[in-house]
This record gives sequence, C-alpha cells and structure tokens, in this order.
Amino acid sequence: MVTRRAGAGVADGPEMVTREAGDRVAAGLELAREIAAAVPDPEMPMMTLADLGILRHVTAQDGHVVVTITPTYSGCPALTEMARDLRYRLGQAGFADVIVRTELAPAWSSDQITPEGREKLRSAGLAPPGPRPRGRDARGPVPLTLATARREPVACLRCGSRDTEQTAPFGPTACTALFRCGTCREPFEYVKDI
Amino acid sequence: MTDDDFDAYRSLSEETDDHRWAFGTGFSDPLEGIDTAVPAGVDGAALASYCLGLGDDALIYSHRLQQWVTRMPELEEETALANIALDLLGQARLLLSRAGRAEGAGRDEDQLAFFRTEGEFRNVRLVEPADADFAELAGRLLIFSAWRLALFGRLTGSADPLLAAIAGQGVKELTYHRDYAAQWVIRLGDGTELSHARMQAALGVIWPLTDELFRADAVAARLPGVAADPATLRAEVDEVLDAVLAAATLDRPGGAPLAPVAGRAGREGVHTEALGYVLAELQSVARAHPDATW
Repeated sequence: MVTRRAGAGVADGPEMVTREAGDRVAAGLELAREIAAAVPDPEMPMMTLADLGILRHVTAQDGHVVVTITPTYSGCPALTEMARDLRYRLGQAGFADVIVRTELAPAWSSDQITPEGREKLRSAGLAPPGPRPRGRDARGPVPLTLATARREPVACLRCGSRDTEQTAPFGPTACTALFRCGTCREPFEYVKDI
Repeated sequence: MTDDDFDAYRSLSEETDDHRWAFGTGFSDPLEGIDTAVPAGVDGAALASYCLGLGDDALIYSHRLQQWVTRMPELEEETALANIALDLLGQARLLLSRAGRAEGAGRDEDQLAFFRTEGEFRNVRLVEPADADFAELAGRLLIFSAWRLALFGRLTGSADPLLAAIAGQGVKELTYHRDYAAQWVIRLGDGTELSHARMQAALGVIWPLTDELFRADAVAARLPGVAADPATLRAEVDEVLDAVLAAATLDRPGGAPLAPVAGRAGREGVHTEALGYVLAELQSVARAHPDATW
C-alpha cells in the first residue's frame, strides 16, 4: 500500500486560488521534481534520470504530478521500468496517480548528460561520450577504412592514453560501445555519442 | 545516495502495487502521453498505411536478426546484432502504435504485430528471407540500413510531427547499423579469396530485392510533405553502396530485379514464401494465448 504524506499534494481543487495553496503547489512540485530527478537508471544505476538528461519536465495537471521523460534509444527496455519507478517513488511520497509521459522530440542526445553524470560514469569505469557528431543530419559519410572511428580519440580511463581502439560499436547495453587501450591493454566501455 | 540505490535488483523486491516478476516484463503504450492527432490536411488512412509499412519492415527484419543471436562468430558480434535488433523492434513498436492511432479503429501494436495475416503485412520483401550465411547478413544489413537511413533522413522533416520525431531518433540508431554493416562488407570483400567470393555471391542473392525499395508507392503519393517518395532515395543510397563496394573490391551485381506479382509487391501485401514462416514463429505464442498479458 502507498503511504500518503500530508501536505505533499500538488493541488486541492478550488483552494488553488489562495496564495497558501499556491505556495503548497509550488513546494509540492519542487519535492516531486527532486524525487523524480533522483530515480536511478535501471541499466546504469549509478546514474539518475537527471544525470542522464532524460528527465524533461515535472509539472502539475488537475492535481496530479506529470513527469515527462525521453527515451535514449527507440527500443530502450528501461523506459517502462523508469516509469514504474517514478510512479512508485512519487507514490511513496504521497503523490497519487502520477502521470508519466514520453516525449520523442527533440530526440535525446548524449550531449544532455550532465557534468555530474559524466563524473559518475568515469568513477564507474565507463568513458563518458565526446560531443555528438554534427554535419548533414548528424549522419556522416560511411566510414570506409576498417577500425577508423568518426570521432576524436577516446582517452583510456585507467592510464589516460589516447591510443585506444574500438573493438565493437555495440556493448552490453544499447548506449555503450567496447574499446581497448593500446597502452595499458585494458578493455573498457564507452558511452556512445549520439 | 545510499549504497542500496546502486543495486539494480533491489527494486525487484520493493513492495509496490505492481507485479515485478523480472526486469523489463512490463510493456506499456510506447506513445503514452504523446499527441497522436493526425495533423490537419493529412489523410489519416494513408498515414496509418504508411507507418504500418515502415513498422513492418522493422518488425520482420528485427525478428530475422534475432534468429541470428547465439549463432554469431564472436561475442562482440552477438551484442552488436542483438542491439541492432532491439533498436529496430523499438522503431517497430513506435511505428505500429502510430499506425494504430492514425487508423482510429482501436488496434494497438500487439494487435497489429500478432493478429494480422501474411497478406496484411506491408513490409518490403528484402527483409523476409533468412540469411544463408554471415556474408548475406552483412550485405542485407548494409542495404537495409543505408536505405532506411536515407528514408528516415527525409522523414525528419515530415509534416507529421510524430513521424518526424520517430525518424529523428531512428537516424542516430541507423547510422550505427549502417556503419557496422559497411565495416563487415569491407572486411569480407577485401579479405581472403574465399571471403571475397562468398561476399560477392551473397550480394548476388540479395540484389534482386533492392529494386523494390525505390518503387513508386501509392500510399506515399497520398501523403505530400509527410512521406518520402521512394524513387528520390535511390541516388543517395547508390552513392553509399557504391563507395562501400569499391572499398571492399566488390562488383555491383547485375541481374534482373525480383518482379512484382501482377503489379503488387511487399507494400501491397504480396510477399515471398519466407514471410509465412517468420510469422508462424513470431505470432505463435500470442495466437495460442490471445488473452494473455505480459
């Protein structure tokens, strides 16, 4: 059962017009935003939705909290889990019947990962993404030389060497690629720049 | 943040109103909370058919790629292929849901994926046959993703904002798919005598199915500003394929295209024999247990 905490509701019908209620709505939304921002990503649990840049808005509508998130990839299996987690955690704090919406445009880009998020990736042994490739629709020419990446060299997390190579463009999750350091020879994961 | 927050499995045991049997078992509407109204002046029925075709391409091809999983030569290729199949499945879910909403008859993604017959599918025939070997896999993936990337590139400017958004996300994914396939075609084509011969032979098998990708499409013609005219994609796709083939020391195959049947091909519901087998596997569980939820 969901426990309800007094005073955490975002609106109370006609009372909304009073200043006191208005403040309560604002305070409630602020709390809801904090809770939503702290929800961990199911696939990279050291990252929060805010760190990843996939939490778009937290607003109120007809007395309910509306959380808008965006998928990182079309087939991201974590999205359902995130929505469930958002409803559960906000429900625990007394926000009943939270509405979770998906926003597709503009599409998520790895550029939206926050500086804190990049630091967390680094401490977890994942190389944070470089800037998203630009150009014609962000599509480049097809690479015609083997093992030639379109991006700037990725620095090894362990020894800092830039002599690294991509061993596979896809890793254990949709958002990572596999790399290997030519200097210390250690393999590592790189969060793809998209 | 406490240490507990780092445990991905902790949430499974949390007391909630939902059942959490395992990670990722819940499927919700992928278009939840998104405005799915058909824009003014757009033919809703045509938009539904168009999205159905693009969704079916991704659904059937994703299934074919999934059949390769556990059969790939290395773990890295295994994860690559599973990721590509997952991206395409995600695109299929969005597009089939969009088709269902535009149609307005209450059919959701599951109804469209699992309860249509062969003749009701609108995918191009390129995605139907099973790959006979790894060279066919690489060649078909290159052709499919180069074509779909060019197509989605156009659709990012579609007058249907939802289709434009789906395409915008897809472009990023398809770029990775195309580049992955190109690397393998080059590696095999410019590899040993045997790998070259097999890659060339594979292209010869697939090539007759490429002409259909650029065929005039009556549905697209009813959607000016929304859909892309397939014929206009040919130059862009050819440029990519020719560049890859040249680097791979492969010849562009000749040979006659697989002709439509009485003027009808995949987009009109006429398919190769292979589609029936794909659907038999893809739909068997849903048809055996039509009221099941997952």
